[in-house]
Order: sequence, then C-alpha cells, then structure tokens
Amino acid sequence: MLSAEALQRIDRELAKYPAERRESGVMAALAIAQDEKGHLTPELMAFVAEYLGMPAVAVEEVASFYTMYDLAPVGRYKLCVCTNLPCALRGATEAVAHLQRRLGIGLNETTPDGRFTLKEGECFGACGDAPVMLVNNKKMVSFMTPEALDRYLAELAK
Amino acid sequence: MDRANPQQLAALPVEFKLNGRTVAGRADEPIIETARRHGIAIPHLCYKPGMRPDGNCRACVVEIKGERVLAPSCCRYPQDGMEVTTDSARAVGAQKMVLELLLADMPEAGPEGPGQRASPYTRESKLDAWARKLGVGRPRFPARAQPRADLSHPAIAVNLDACIQCTRCVRACREEQANDVIGYAFRGEHAKIVFDLDDPMGESSCVGCGECVQACPTGALAPARGAGLVVADRKVDSVCPYCGVGCLLTYHVKDNRIVQVQGRDGPANHGRLCVKGRYGFDYVAHRHRLTKPLVRRPGVPKTGSFVVDPGHWQVAFREASWEEALDLAARGLREIRDRHGAKALAGFGSAKGTNEEAYLFQKLVRTGFGSNNVDHCTRLCHASSVAALMEGVSSGAVSNPVRDVLEAEVVLVIGSNPTVNHPVAATWIKNAARRGVKLIVADPRRTELARHATHVLQFNPATDVALLNAMIHAIVEEGLADAAFVRNRTSGYDALRESVRKYSPEARAPVCGIPAPTIRAVARLYATARAAMILWGMGVSQHVHGTDNARCLIALALVTGQIGRPGTGLHPLRGQNNVQGASDAGLIPMFYPDYQRVDNPEANARFERFWGRALDRQPGLTVVEILNAAQKGAIRGMYVMGENPALSDPDVAHARAALATLDHLVVQDLFLTETAYLADVVLPATAWPEKDGTVTNTDRMVQLGRKALEPPGEARADLWIINEIARRIGLDWRYAHPRAVFDEMRGCMDSIAGITWERLERDSSVTYPCENEGDAGTPVIFTTRFPTATGRARLVPADIVPAAERPDREYPFVLITGRQLEHWHTGAMTRRAGVLDALEPEPVASVHPLDLAAWDAQPGEVITVASRRGSITLYARADEGTPRGAVFIPFCYYEAAANALTNPALDPFGKIPEFKYCAVRVTRGGAPPRRLSFGGGQAPLPAPADA
Ligand code: SF4
Ligand code: SF4
Ligand code: FES
Ligand code: FES
Repeated sequence: MLSAEALQRIDRELAKYPAERRESGVMAALAIAQDEKGHLTPELMAFVAEYLGMPAVAVEEVASFYTMYDLAPVGRYKLCVCTNLPCALRGATEAVAHLQRRLGIGLNETTPDGRFTLKEGECFGACGDAPVMLVNNKKMVSFMTPEALDRYLAELAK
Repeated sequence: MDRANPQQLAALPVEFKLNGRTVAGRADEPIIETARRHGIAIPHLCYKPGMRPDGNCRACVVEIKGERVLAPSCCRYPQDGMEVTTDSARAVGAQKMVLELLLADMPEAGPEGPGQRASPYTRESKLDAWARKLGVGRPRFPARAQPRADLSHPAIAVNLDACIQCTRCVRACREEQANDVIGYAFRGEHAKIVFDLDDPMGESSCVGCGECVQACPTGALAPARGAGLVVADRKVDSVCPYCGVGCLLTYHVKDNRIVQVQGRDGPANHGRLCVKGRYGFDYVAHRHRLTKPLVRRPGVPKTGSFVVDPGHWQVAFREASWEEALDLAARGLREIRDRHGAKALAGFGSAKGTNEEAYLFQKLVRTGFGSNNVDHCTRLCHASSVAALMEGVSSGAVSNPVRDVLEAEVVLVIGSNPTVNHPVAATWIKNAARRGVKLIVADPRRTELARHATHVLQFNPATDVALLNAMIHAIVEEGLADAAFVRNRTSGYDALRESVRKYSPEARAPVCGIPAPTIRAVARLYATARAAMILWGMGVSQHVHGTDNARCLIALALVTGQIGRPGTGLHPLRGQNNVQGASDAGLIPMFYPDYQRVDNPEANARFERFWGRALDRQPGLTVVEILNAAQKGAIRGMYVMGENPALSDPDVAHARAALATLDHLVVQDLFLTETAYLADVVLPATAWPEKDGTVTNTDRMVQLGRKALEPPGEARADLWIINEIARRIGLDWRYAHPRAVFDEMRGCMDSIAGITWERLERDSSVTYPCENEGDAGTPVIFTTRFPTATGRARLVPADIVPAAERPDREYPFVLITGRQLEHWHTGAMTRRAGVLDALEPEPVASVHPLDLAAWDAQPGEVITVASRRGSITLYARADEGTPRGAVFIPFCYYEAAANALTNPALDPFGKIPEFKYCAVRVTRGGAPPRRLSFGGGQAPLPAPADA
C-alpha cells in the first residue's frame, strides 16, 4: 500500500515511542501516508491501523478530527483558514468571503482546474498573527488582509 | 502491620454533607452514587453505573460550597467536610438547561406526538424520563440538521438523530466488550458516532453483541424493527441457553414471544451478552418446531445416506397422539431390554438440558435400562481434560472462575478461541489484558484474542505436548519450580522431571515452530508471576493426545504452584451451557452423580440404596463406542434426548449408518434433526425459555432458568417426557416439578447439598462446592488441599503421541474443525434464528490467502474438501489467521458437514475423537452446497410485535 521509503519514515517515527506503543505514532504515520497518496482513503487508513496494530475506528477518530488530514481528494493548494474566535475578530470571516469570491468556490470545495481547495480550520496557535491560514498543512500565511491574500494568490498562480 | 494499599485507602469512608444532611460516602465512590444510596436521584445521561464515568453531558451537575463552578457528580468524589447541594436553584437550572438543549435535537416524531420532542425509538429513553421528571417542556432551541438512519444491520437500528453523543456506546464497545468497532469521530458540530472507518454498521467489524444498544440512553442505537417500542407483558429473569459462560439475562415477553433480551448482572457476565444470547431466541418459534409426536411410517427405510427436509417430514413420519407415541417408544425399549439384555440399550442425554433432566435421564438409563450406557457430548469436548483432571486433582471442574483473570498477573490461553466460543468470558480476558495483565495466546490459528496478547505462540497443530513439556523443562532447568509447593502438595515430581529432560526448548523449537527463547521467556513469565491463570479449550482436548495435553497443563500449574489462589488456577472453558452440570449429574458412563465411580463398590452400594434398585458395576460405553456397538448389532435400541450425533460425531457417515442399524430409536428434540430423521418415534420437546430448571456454567455456578413462554402445540417439557417413558418401562416415578428432582439430587451430590431451590430463586446463582445450607459457595478451590485420597495432586508425565492421521501426498492439508460466533453446535437452533442466520448464512472454510492463491481460487468461490471418509463443498474465506497448509471448517452446516471428514480416532483415556486434526485434500470448484428449507438466510428476521 505504501512505498518502502514511506514505511521507513513511519518506522523512524515509531522508534520514538516504546515498542508496545506503536499507536502513539498514528499522527505521523497518517501524515506520511497522506503525503505519499494525496489523501486518506478508507483502505489507506485501514492499512495504517493494521500497521500500527490499532483498531481502524481509532484511526478514523484521529483522521477525521484534524484539519490537516484529508479524507477526500483536495486541490494542489489546500487553503485552510482559521475561523476561531481570535482570528474571526481580526477579519477571518472577511478573508473567507474574499477567497470564496476570488476562487469562485465555497468552503470544502475545489476549483474546477483542481488548483485550490478552501477549508475552515481551528486555532493554529498563531493567534498573535491573526487572521491566519495554513497552506498544504505546512505553510502559514499571517495577517490576511484582502490585499495580502491577493498578493499570495498571485504568487501561487505563477 | 501491613500498610494499606491504594485500593483500601480509596475505599475509606468519607463524611460529607448532602443537601444539608451528613452522609457517609467513600473516597472511590462518585457523589452521584452516594446520593443514590441516600435516596437522592440526580439526573445523568452519559453516566451508567459500572461504566467508566466520562463526565461529558453535564446533566448531573451539583453545587459544592466554596467552588466557583458546578461539579459533575458522576465523576466527582467526596472529601471530608464537603458540602454538596443537588437541588439548589442554580444546580437544577443547569441540569434542566442541559436536558432542554439535548431535547431540542431529538426528532419531532416521538411517541409524545407531534410538536413534542422525544425519542421515537425506545420507550425507555433516559433523556425523556429525566425531562419529564424535571418538567422540561418544549425546548426553546432549534434542532440541528438531522443525520440519516443506518438500517444496515439485521439486529440493530442506528438512528443518530436521537444521539446525544454521550459516548456510552463507545465505552460499551471499546472498554467493556473490547470489540473496538464504535468511535466518536469528526469535530465540532460534525462530531458523530461512527463504526470502523465510518462504515454502515452492517458492513463494519461489529460482532453484534448489542452492548452498545443496551448502553444507549436514547434509543439512537436500538433493537431493529422497532422492538424497543414494544411494551413487554412480562420480564422474566433467566440464563442464556448457549455457551458455558452462563450469562444471566432478562427476557422481555409480549404475546408469548421474546421481543428483546437484556443482560442481567450475573456473576459471570455483569450485564454483558453476545450476539447469540442477545438475538438468538426466535428459533423457538420457527415453523420447523415439532409440535406433535411423530411416528415413522411403516416401510420407510433407514439408511445412513438420506436427506429428509425438516419442512417435509411427512415423507417419513406421521403424527401420533402422545399416548400412542410414548407407548410405542417405551415398548420398543422394553422389548429390547427384555429380549437382548440391558446392555443392548443406550441413551444419549444432552448438555443443553437442565441438571434435573440430565439427572433423571441417567437415572432412567441406570435403573430402567439397567446399564451404564449413558453419555453425552462432553465426550466430544472436554472428556480428555476431565480424565486428566480427575487423575491429577480428583476433580473435573475448574479451580477458579473466568473473571479471576482480572486478578491474575499472567494469563495463558491455549487451544481456545474465546471471542468466538465464550464471547463474554473473552471480554474479561480482554479487559484484563488492557489493565496490564500479561496475556499469552497459544494456538495454531491466530485468533482475534491475539490482538490483545503480549505473546502470541502460533505453534504447529498437534504439537502441544512438545511445547508444554519444553516450558516445563525450562522451568525445572532454570530453577523456577516452586519447590515448597511441589514438596508439600504434589506427588510424582521426580518422574516428571525425568520425563521432561529430553524436551529442551532448543530441541523442541523446530517441532512446535516456536523459537526456543520465546518458549523460555513465556515459561519464565508464567512461573514467576504473582498469580497466573491457564484457560484452555477444545484445541487442547480434541486430540488423540488430548489427555496428555491437559496433563501437561496441569503439571505446568503444579510445578510452579500456580493453583489454589485467587487469580491463580486452571480453567478448561466448558462449551455447552450445561456440560458441567450434565457431567456433575452423572450423564457419563463411568460416573454416578458427583463423579462417584460406578465400579467403586462403596459408591455402587450408596446409589443402590439411594435409588432402591440393583445397579450394574461395569462402566458403560462412551458416545463413539456406543455407535460402534450399534453398528456391530450389540446395541439395538437408543433413547436420544436433545443431541444430534448424526451431525456432531466424527465421521458422520459411519455415525448415521450406525444409527440406521438400530431396531429402535427414540429421539426427543425441538426439531427434526439429522438424528431424528432416523428415529422410530420423535417426541416434541420444549426449548429452554419454555421450562424451569437449573444449569451449571463453566465457573461451577448453579443458575436458575425460568419459564418465559408456553411451548407450541403439543410440545411437552422434557422432564415430563422422561417421566412418562420411565413409567412405561417399569419405574414408578412421579416428579411433578424440577424442584423435586433438584432436592433428590442434593441428597446424593455433596457438592450441591447446601443449595436450596429457594436460594436459587432468590440469588439466581450459587457456586458449588456448597455443602451446607447457608454456605456462600466456593469460587476458588484447592486452596489448602486437593480432594484426592492423600490431599496431594498427582503429576503425570506425558510423551509425544502423533496425530492419528498425518497429512501425506494424497491428503496434504490439515483439517481443523470448530465453531463460529453466530452458530451453536450443529446449528439446529441458531440457523433457525433470523439474525444469526442472516449474519452467517452459508457454510465457509477459512484458509490462508496464499493457499487460496496457490489454488487459483478467489474468496467466496466454492472449494471441495475431501478426506478418506467423505467429501464436502463449501465457500472459501480468506483468513490470515489460519496457518498455511490448514483449513478451518465450522461443524454447524448440515449441507457441508465438517464431520463427514473428521477422523473418529479416539484419545485412549478420555475417549474423545480427534476433531482438531485429520488429513484432507482441497480442490477448487465443486457443486455448490445443497440447502434444505433452513439456513442460508431463510429464517425470517423477527418482526416487531404490535407496539
Ligand atoms: S448513540 Fe446513544 S450511546 Fe452512543 S453517543 Fe449517541 S446517545 Fe450516547
Ligand atoms: S453490537 Fe457490540 S460489537 Fe457491534 S458496535 Fe455494538 S458494542 Fe460494538
Ligand atoms: S484563533 Fe486562529 S490561530 Fe488561534
Ligand atoms: S452524567 Fe455526569 S456528566 Fe454526564
């Protein structure tokens, strides 16, 4: 299901925990699996569950909880806007509206060209930079005024 | 003085104020429970007594003086001097607000009528009850978007619109049953209950135990087809009729039908049940139930190769009156006895019947037929274990109850697949493992329990003696034997030590397929544990070396002194609900009741006096021996009560041919079983919920089953039938009620002498030995001495005896037979229960996927499995747990009878056949199995009674 390299990376993560606590590595394992396959299919999650020796439902609970895991295909750029209170008070709602307008899609939708997916996220622990957005689970975009967003989208379009 | 341990500290009394009153609580008892004990009911939804409190719903909040916020009383523990108020305006206001908010999400269409929000799925919704009690009216809040129903499971309806996300189901499935199917997934307003990977319940790995349904407070998980809405006429407390675990339960009866079953707080199950005990009761109303006595039509030949569809019994039988049928049945038996002598008759009783039936049946054979030719299916399950136990410790029963695993440090489960065969016992083992008990699972198949184990030993089939002797060798060699125990409480150690000398783990590793260091590690773990339990099943006993296997297990426990303490002992998991009781009651050819040997002059004299009849002193024949004798013409007549040797015995072609040669066969059963096809007279008997009586579970608990239903048609109580036969063969019997029989049993069975019927009616369950009235009962035995003449246990060495039929070029595979979770024994009951038949409709053979691939076969394809004795076709199922080179087939399918293949070779001591090992050939393809008018999903799913 996963490449030898991916399994090796997962094993590295597992080495951080006691041998009988393989399930401790579930978040890392899911991230690695998703990196390789694009999104987490039920088959992939079942594989991870089996690999870690944990019940499938426990993997489902983790994977469906965190915004960085995608249970369905996403576009090339997954834009995840924090809409929790601090960000909302600092303009996250406008940021979402702006992105929806610019991309022509609603939340949890992907542009027809497959480039952008728009999602809502929970507090990323970066409230000082509010409003923030996480791109592809890895890159944080801070202080999202409409202008900053336009600049960012233009950069991605290059 | 000993220092108090943390548990003792936690249980210390605590004084605090509850609504102004000073009360005594305990440091480990949540406030809500202390309040309940003092008559104060606090609303609660996510809390269920006995379950880990999760504190998520906040319906139970109370005020604690000096604290800023309200506290959840279900997970808050009292402290000395605390002042708690449960009924202040602030507390009650908060409680009501929680109820109102949750009620707002309930569907509109509840039984309260439109506009009222209430659960439409159960009449026992805790939310509705608390809302009524606290006077919460129509909620002021809008409802959420309501999820859709999931009706994919045959027994359970999932309607999450009534879900309040209390996670009781999650805790029931994950923490109690440890089935790990249900979860609470997603986030925020999308959070919801899911099965596996958000699968429909019917497609998930759910095993249908129904624990989640029993836990759900709102009916979001409810019995399918509206059974939760039926108002029961009566609730009847009883015992589950399936396996030896002996779960107590309560039937909900409406219009003479069981509409629902709830687990009851019994000592073996504490409210838990499995899919059979919860959903397997509609067989009693199946259209195949025999409702009139049947008599074989003249001229219908008896042959071993026949098929009579139970739906078309008329081809071989005609109906008769009870008078005629009983006269015919008894006359045939009498004539054979008088013409050919007592030994020309034999009887098979049943481990499914009550103690009273078993007792009367063996008494009938011994005093009425005049021989000891009486046996039952114990011969097919644990006879070898019992032989070894009798020889070693003079008692065939378990030393400790299953639940003692919770007090052990190490648990060894060998040759047993308890999640399938003893599902509720398995939940305790899984719970123990989760609490840190080291679990060693040894079995040629990797079974579900392996997931919970610290050590999994998937040893080669039939190499138990090699493995166990190697463990004993390691223990002796490494000086881990308990010298004091060996010296003071055993005999025969020197011979044992000598005998295991040649079994070094290093030498035996290649034989059993387990690396020597693992054997040693496990041996050390077991030997040095503070408390260790061994549980075993048919994987140990059903071999020609079954007695040897059990001898090794007993030796293992004795050498290490791991017996006779709480959490420390030996437990052969008994299979049938009453195999323990039937054996205790003397339904075996060499023993009178309470294991008194028939060839012991003292015992013989005692029973001659007690029963007032001369008795035969020669042990009788066992199950397989009786059929062999029938084939030879030495046995000419049989009375079979509730057993089905024509499907359960090894090499059924032979068994059927033997039954067909009988001059006279009387069968008493619920259905026209494969055995009944060959009968001259068939007597319609009662099902378990239709009669009163006691049964004894694997833990030695004598438990009371109560009548909940009227039998159909002219079906009669088994006890009455035995009585009538007895009277017609010259015994002057008048047992009016099982109570009278039980009282007589107490007079000749010291082990239960102290148990009164009244006490059973009051307590439902008493553990024997209970020799004097008022004794509490004895869950743990052998604490100071063994019941042998010397008080010592005997160590008996065992050497390797190979399986009787090894694979060869012609038959290269090993056949292992056994059971499935959903089906019981020969399937006569469970394949006629709608839910169980729907869950496992077709005969399947489990094989390793690589073996399947080697034959070019796909899962689900028909394969043919043949042995030297027969051939069957059935569907292949891929199962990585089955070792390569082996095939596992459950024996419950008449259309693909595993026992057409099995080898009737016997263990020389226990006389148990080798069901767990014979050589077969497997090929792809074959004619699909031919189904009669039951099985294959034909049983109707129970429909709701009129609500
Ligand atoms: S389904 Fe029932 S038990 Fe499970 S969370 Fe919902 S309300 Fe609670
Ligand atoms: S029926 Fe049993 S196994 Fe199935 S989901 Fe409910 S608790 Fe879990
Ligand atoms: S609220 Fe948005 S980062 Fe914390
Ligand atoms: S019952 Fe106490 S928080 Fe739910």
